[in-house]
Amino acid sequence: MIEIRGLHKYFGELHVLKGIDLDVHNGEVLSVIGASGSGKSTLLYCINGLEPIQQGRIEVDGTDVHARGTDLNALRQKLGMVFQQWNSFPHLTALENVALAPRIVRGLPRAEAREVAERQLRHVGLGDKLDVYPKALSGGQQQRLAIARALAMEPRYMLFDEATSALDPELVGEVLDTMRLLAEEGMTMICVTHEMGFARDVSDRVAFFHQGVIEEIGPPAEIFGAPASEHLRKFLAKIR
Amino acid sequence: MFDYNFHWRPVIKSLPELLEAGLVTLQVAALSMVIGIVIGLGLALARLHLRGPLRWLATAWVEIARNTPALFQLFFFGFGMGAWGIHLSPFLIVLAGLSFNNAGYLAENFRGGFQAVPETQLRAARSLGMTVWQAYTRIVIPQVFRIVYYPLTNQMVWAVLMSSLGMLVGFRELSGETQFFASRTYRIFEYFAVTAIIYYVIVKIILGASRLAAWRLFRY
Ligand SMILES: Nc1ncnc2c1ncn2[C@@H]1O[C@H](COP(=O)(O)OP(=O)(O)OP(=O)(O)O)[C@@H](O)[C@H]1O
Ligand SMILES: [Mg+2]
Repeated sequence: MIEIRGLHKYFGELHVLKGIDLDVHNGEVLSVIGASGSGKSTLLYCINGLEPIQQGRIEVDGTDVHARGTDLNALRQKLGMVFQQWNSFPHLTALENVALAPRIVRGLPRAEAREVAERQLRHVGLGDKLDVYPKALSGGQQQRLAIARALAMEPRYMLFDEATSALDPELVGEVLDTMRLLAEEGMTMICVTHEMGFARDVSDRVAFFHQGVIEEIGPPAEIFGAPASEHLRKFLAKIR
Repeated sequence: MFDYNFHWRPVIKSLPELLEAGLVTLQVAALSMVIGIVIGLGLALARLHLRGPLRWLATAWVEIARNTPALFQLFFFGFGMGAWGIHLSPFLIVLAGLSFNNAGYLAENFRGGFQAVPETQLRAARSLGMTVWQAYTRIVIPQVFRIVYYPLTNQMVWAVLMSSLGMLVGFRELSGETQFFASRTYRIFEYFAVTAIIYYVIVKIILGASRLAAWRLFRY
């Protein structure tokens, strides 16, 4: 379980997260929506410790992410992350992209890491691309590669930061399908997304971010069917 | 009008020694490249990510290495340090001088290379639980090496040619050895002509090997 209490985050003078309280339960899929610049990505970076926080606390399975003694590298194995910009490692084949971290971070023997990588690549539908370099993959395939790479660490949670928004429209579907598959398998997920269809169909809850606070949170039926906040109504009207 | 008689026999006779000295040249140049690469990476990272004295030191190193004659840099490790009572062997003088120069030039190449690798690569690596060391050695630096590969090859060629300055501090690399034989036999032109050819061949071998290695390494 991920527990966030009274989280404040500044970039210098800029107050980006202004008191976030949020629980994400095991098996839950939470979608995060909101205008550009409202702090959605920043929240994900704070959860896996890529960004420091100034106030509050974040606990992942009871471990305080930002406490002094926390082994962030160990913690990050629990938290798979997929970014908006597909960042496959260009100098490694698809298989090596996925097998590297299991080998050097989890310490698996080479053959076993390879097995894990193959399994995850098949899982996301890239079973026929094992020895291909990323430059020969489409954006959608590279993004699925990034998902397989994260899954190979056998994470408990997956954080998606607008995994589809840099893709050509015709490639969005295959990535969303992969995310849907993970959700069905019971993965705990936080998905920052602009895909309202996905948020409505797949998530258990939707959080609406507005200027650094969660202005509204609830089941998709409520968020999309009966939005209470004025800002949310405006936001939904604009993207429709 | 031209009554110089060429005598090639002495050169031919000492060809084995010259070739052996060519190997010494290749060795000192290669070793200075390895040291130059390690220090150059450090200098580049210091200039990109540090503040204060270490950054100034890195900047000063790069400025001096790039903007003063290589010969003076060599003399510093020879006579300069000698004046302080530190006497290095000719081999170490040449190795130190070349490494100093390589590191300075390579640092600037590496700096550009690091800037050309998107920061998201580092983030992605770290998000998988890699340490900073792992992320740099496995993800960032391999990509930097591809970006700076041709400058790196050029620097290696330059190091081979620069090592000929070794003869001025008494090092018996290819030029030093040639000088030794030439002054003993007075066949100065013949010796240096043959040596020039040996240098040429060494450089061609380096360029060929580099091209072959690039073809093997950079499939992506
Ligand atoms: N490294 C940084 N340094 C300084 N300011 C930053 C940094 N990262 C983000 N910000 C600022 O923090 C605010 C929130 O950014 P964030 O990326 O979290 O927004 P977002 O909700 O993900 O937006 P988008 O939908 O555009 O991705 C923005 O004003 C942004 O400019
Ligand atoms: Mg964002």
